[in-house]
Amino acid sequence: MTTQLEITDTEATALADLAVRAPSTLRSSVLVEVGLMDRYGRIDESPLGPLIVAWNGVGVVSVDLAGDQEAFEARHLVATGRQAIAAEVPTRLANAIARRLDGDRRVRIPLDLRGHTGFEQDVWRKALEIPRGEVRPYGWIAAEIGRPKAVRAVGTALGHNPVPLIVPCHRVVRSDGFIGQYSLGGPHNKRAVLTEEGLDPDAMESAARRGERLLGCASTKIVCWPTCHTGRHMLERNRRPFRSLAEAGAAGYRPCKVCRPVAAAA
Amino acid sequence: MGSGAFRHSRRAAGVPWTRATEAARTRFYPVMDADDRLIADLADDLDAAFERLVIAHQDRLYTIALRMLGDPGDAEEAAQDALVRAYRALASYDRARIAELRLRPWLSTIVLNRCRTVGARRATRGPKPVSIDGDANRPITEPEAPEAATPTAVAERHAERDRWAVRLAALPTAYRTAIVLRHVDGLTYPEAAEALGRPEGTVKAQVHRGIALLRTMLEAETRPEPEEMTA
Repeated sequence: MTTQLEITDTEATALADLAVRAPSTLRSSVLVEVGLMDRYGRIDESPLGPLIVAWNGVGVVSVDLAGDQEAFEARHLVATGRQAIAAEVPTRLANAIARRLDGDRRVRIPLDLRGHTGFEQDVWRKALEIPRGEVRPYGWIAAEIGRPKAVRAVGTALGHNPVPLIVPCHRVVRSDGFIGQYSLGGPHNKRAVLTEEGLDPDAMESAARRGERLLGCASTKIVCWPTCHTGRHMLERNRRPFRSLAEAGAAGYRPCKVCRPVAAAA
Repeated sequence: MGSGAFRHSRRAAGVPWTRATEAARTRFYPVMDADDRLIADLADDLDAAFERLVIAHQDRLYTIALRMLGDPGDAEEAAQDALVRAYRALASYDRARIAELRLRPWLSTIVLNRCRTVGARRATRGPKPVSIDGDANRPITEPEAPEAATPTAVAERHAERDRWAVRLAALPTAYRTAIVLRHVDGLTYPEAAEALGRPEGTVKAQVHRGIALLRTMLEAETRPEPEEMTA
C-alpha cells in the first residue's frame, strides 16, 4: 500500500489552480432568492398602462406605475431597505399577474409583506376577497376583520398597500358610496380600473348622492351591497334601494350572506 | 476579491511553496481569518451579515461544485442552492447553534449534498461532457494584470488547467471529493473529515489513492507511443 504517498509541490499547485471564481451573477441570485435583495421589471399590459413590479424569492414586493427607473430604485430602497436591480419579469410571474388583473382570483401570487403590520396585512388579505366588478366600503373591511371602529385606519392601510392591482384596494370605496382616494396615481385611476372591471363610477356616485347605500330585492327580501354579484340578474321592478341596514331590516329584508352588508359606521 | 491577490503577492515576493498543501490552504487564508467574526455577526443579525458569508464563501462553493459536476451551469445551480439552504438553516437555528458552527466544513457538506442532487438529475437527462474551463471560469490564481504573461503562456496555462480538470473528473467520486476538499479547496484533514462525515484516516487514504491514480494517468499520458514492431 502507498499510504505514505506525499503529494508533490507541482501536483499541489496544479490542483490549487483548479479553484475558480464564482460567476458574478451568483451573489445576487442567492440574495434575491432569500429575500435580501429585490429585482424589478416592467409589465406592459395593465388597466393603468405599463407597471413596474418588484419581487424576490419570498414574493412580490411592490407594484407601481412605470416611470423613471432611478427614482423607483430610490423609493424602493427607502421603503424596504433593500437594493432593487433591473431584470426581466419571469414569465411565470408575468402570466400570474396578467391573470390576476383579468380577474382570476385562483391564481396564486406570493407576496413579500415583511415589515408591514399585522393590521395592514389583515386589511389587505380581506380586500383580496372582493371579487372583480364589485366594491365594498372601508367600514365593511373594518367590521370583517373584527375592528369595526378602525374605519380610518383601514383607509390608511389601503393607502399604504404596496401591491395595488394585485391586492385590489381600488375595490374599497368610501362608506358614503363615493369612490374615494387611490394611492396608485389618484382617484381618476381608481375610476379607470373600476370602469375596466365593468362598473360605472358615475352611476355609483349618483346613487350615493341620492343616499342609496344598499340594494334590496323585493322578490327574495335580501339586501346587498349595490355591486354584489348575487343581485346582478335582479329585475328592474324588484330593485329596492335602502339608505341603511336598519331601514332595510324594518322593511323585512335580511342581509345577504355572500356580501354581508354591515351598518355603515362612517 | 482579496484571496487571489493575496496569493499572488506571496508568489511575486518569491516566497516558495514549501509544503504541498500550503498552496491551497493559503489561498483561502483571509476566509478562515474572518470566519469567527462572521459567525458572531450571523448570530447577531443574520440578514445584515449574510451577504458577507456569500462574498466570503461563494468562490470556494462554486469551485467545489464545478470540480464535482464538471458543468458551469450545474455548478452555479448547486452553489446557489447550497447558499440558499445555508441561509434557511441559519434562520432556523438559535444563537448557540450558530456559534458552534464551523462554516467551512458545514458549507462544504451542504454544497456536496446539492451536487449529489443536481448530479443525479443530470444523470437521468444524459451526461454532459466534462467542460473545459475556457473563458467562463476565471481561475482564482490568475493575476489581475499579467504583465509578463504572453498570450501563449496564458494559453498554455489554461490548457494545463484543463488537462488537470479532466484527470480529476476521471477519478472515482470518493477520491475526487476528498481531493477537491483537501487540495483544491484547501480544507485541513479534520475539516474535510467533518465535511464528509468520515473518519480522518479514511479521508487521508482516499486522498492518497486519488493522487496515486492521478499519477498513473499522467504517466499514461506521457508514455511514448510504442514503436512499430519490425521483424
